[in-house]
Amino acid sequence: MTTLTKTEDAAAPTGADSFLSVRDLKVRFSTEDGIVKAVDGLSFDVERGKTLGIVGESGSGKSVTNLTILGLHNPRNTTIDGEIVLDGKELVTATEKELEHLRGNKMAMIFQDPLTALSPYYTVGRQLSEPFMKHRGASKKEAKDRAIEMLAKVGIPQPKVRFDDYPHQFSGGMRQRAMIAMALMCDPDLLIADEPTTALDVTVQAQILDLLKDLQQEIGSAIIFITHDLGVISHMADDLLVMYAGRAVERGSVREVMREPKHPYTWGLLSSMPRLDSNIDEMLEPIPGAPPSLLNPPSGCPFHPRCAYRDQVSGTLCTDTRPPLGEGRAAACHLTAEQKQTIFIDKIQPRLR
Amino acid sequence: MSDNLTLPAQQGPADAPSPTETLLEVQDLTKHFPIYGGFPFKRKVGAVQAVDGVSLTVGVGESVGLVGESGCGKSTTGRLITRLLEPTGGKITYAGRDITHASRKELAPVRSEIQMIFQDPYSSLNPRQTVGSIIKSPMEVNGIEPAGGREKKVRELLELVGLNPEHYNRFPHEFSGGQRQRIGVARALALEPKLIVADEPVSALDVSIQAQVVNLLQQVQKELGIAFLFIAHDLAVVRHFSQRVAVMYLGKVVEVGDRDSIYTRPRHPYTHALLSAVPEIGIEDGAGEGRERIRLSGDVPSPISPPSGCRFRTRCWKAQDKCATEEPPLVQLSGNRAGHLTACHFPEEPSIEARDEDVVMDPALKALEEDAD
Repeated sequence: MTTLTKTEDAAAPTGADSFLSVRDLKVRFSTEDGIVKAVDGLSFDVERGKTLGIVGESGSGKSVTNLTILGLHNPRNTTIDGEIVLDGKELVTATEKELEHLRGNKMAMIFQDPLTALSPYYTVGRQLSEPFMKHRGASKKEAKDRAIEMLAKVGIPQPKVRFDDYPHQFSGGMRQRAMIAMALMCDPDLLIADEPTTALDVTVQAQILDLLKDLQQEIGSAIIFITHDLGVISHMADDLLVMYAGRAVERGSVREVMREPKHPYTWGLLSSMPRLDSNIDEMLEPIPGAPPSLLNPPSGCPFHPRCAYRDQVSGTLCTDTRPPLGEGRAAACHLTAEQKQTIFIDKIQPRLR
Repeated sequence: MSDNLTLPAQQGPADAPSPTETLLEVQDLTKHFPIYGGFPFKRKVGAVQAVDGVSLTVGVGESVGLVGESGCGKSTTGRLITRLLEPTGGKITYAGRDITHASRKELAPVRSEIQMIFQDPYSSLNPRQTVGSIIKSPMEVNGIEPAGGREKKVRELLELVGLNPEHYNRFPHEFSGGQRQRIGVARALALEPKLIVADEPVSALDVSIQAQVVNLLQQVQKELGIAFLFIAHDLAVVRHFSQRVAVMYLGKVVEVGDRDSIYTRPRHPYTHALLSAVPEIGIEDGAGEGRERIRLSGDVPSPISPPSGCRFRTRCWKAQDKCATEEPPLVQLSGNRAGHLTACHFPEEPSIEARDEDVVMDPALKALEEDAD
């Protein structure tokens, strides 16, 4: 831990009160076809004990952001600008060794597909013990006790027997439980869950979501919860970040965003999703077109080619200028507040119940 | 239509059903995949009972949803109906004809009337063929020459599914996932089918694209009067698309009924659990408020050795001794609408309102929640 204390004194000015602070993050991959702007100027904060939900479609940059926080990108073809400050520690410029100290210890990740994220070659128990022995200097025995305790906590029956099993002997839901147990071995302060329930059935998903929520209350870690499912996010998160084409387009508390979304993309997402209580006779209202290629993103507002309300903005503002995302509750859109209000009340609200 | 439903075991007598009646009737459909093992000579050591006695009907122009978790046999049922798999037992009657074990030759005319839309728009289109030849090939195989030629028909189909007819000569890789799924729909429509089996047609697509394809299918269904068997795990999508819904669990239909009955007055505990597990967008304070909360324990058991009696009993909070010994029949319970059948010894109240006390079967969750209290 000694290396960690040598942080630069000039901490990020805005991220002083929050636990994790990401400022103007830009991640670019150079590929054969050109430069992919996977994340383009993203800023957000996560408070201790709170859950930040990130929603967006595939290719919106939500997973890349979080792999970058953990430093899991390939340095050979990736350029990163901006800053990521975790508890006063700058991560973008951190060395691999410093990151190694943090990964699995202070920050941990739960991946989408537990079958590919767990190694088929080692027993579940060994994979769980490893980070604990590495970071805490615990003996094999201590690590085993801890692993069995965690396996029991996440609801794996007969944890003592299951400790010596291989991942393929676990069912899908149990594997995801084992992943959660592994992530929680060292009581991380930051937990990144990247679509942790997408590969699971609904009944199992409901168990895992409730489990994560209850565990968070007990451990008090901050969670970044990534998903494309607005239903899951409204169940899990405190704050919400809607991403589109590598940028945040809307931010606010879950309640604010779900109750009164302010960005046309969020409107589109909400009205294109069928719900258990929606009106059946009404057709769904899809967002026209397809998500843009990040090799060559649209100029100005990245959503303008699919936006239904572009004509309400005068001139070529939407195609020329990228709308900024303000601080706090905000949406990156050129529509004026009154226009948004009118559209929301006339067109969107009736669809939402 | 409902008459056909109440008695799943009845024999299909009709030779030629009248147009407003049953198009497809499935009785006691069974598919067991054998497992071989042993040394030195492989013997059959067991069977995956993927589908075990499924009965359902699809009326002309009707859309029936088939929901359930992965491994419950819904896709296998779809493949059996399209006869891509050979049934182990049971009977499939299509338009009055028994096609259960029909030969290739006998099936040929039926095959053009039953089409399939697949889940993965990436692997279900041949990357070496142009869109034109992909959509054209069903017509070539069946020797159909539409008025104005096949190419004209393909262009019409492309237009119908919302693609540019100019894209006739493009290859699948030039299209996005949603557009590819549209190509799959166009291919299924090429032979003017009467029944389309859609196996998770939207689950591989992005949220904003899903609605486009659901709307397209709905439009096709309404305008062309095609019957659909819509297989999906997303309950909200199924509700939006289907007039009737069958819920499957471990190879069996546990509840079937019209949309309203299943979604607002379900009787089978599993249907209750499924509905309560759907994470709903909470616009009001707190997500899912007002709906019951049921958390099952564990995963679906293995279909190699399913539980005796009622297959859901191992995860059911109402299970009693009777459930282990006696398999509940799929019957109409008193107070239910005609056609709403449930297979349960101890059915639930027909309501999805929040209960006095949540049902939490999961031991870890229970422990954590008790700690918190």
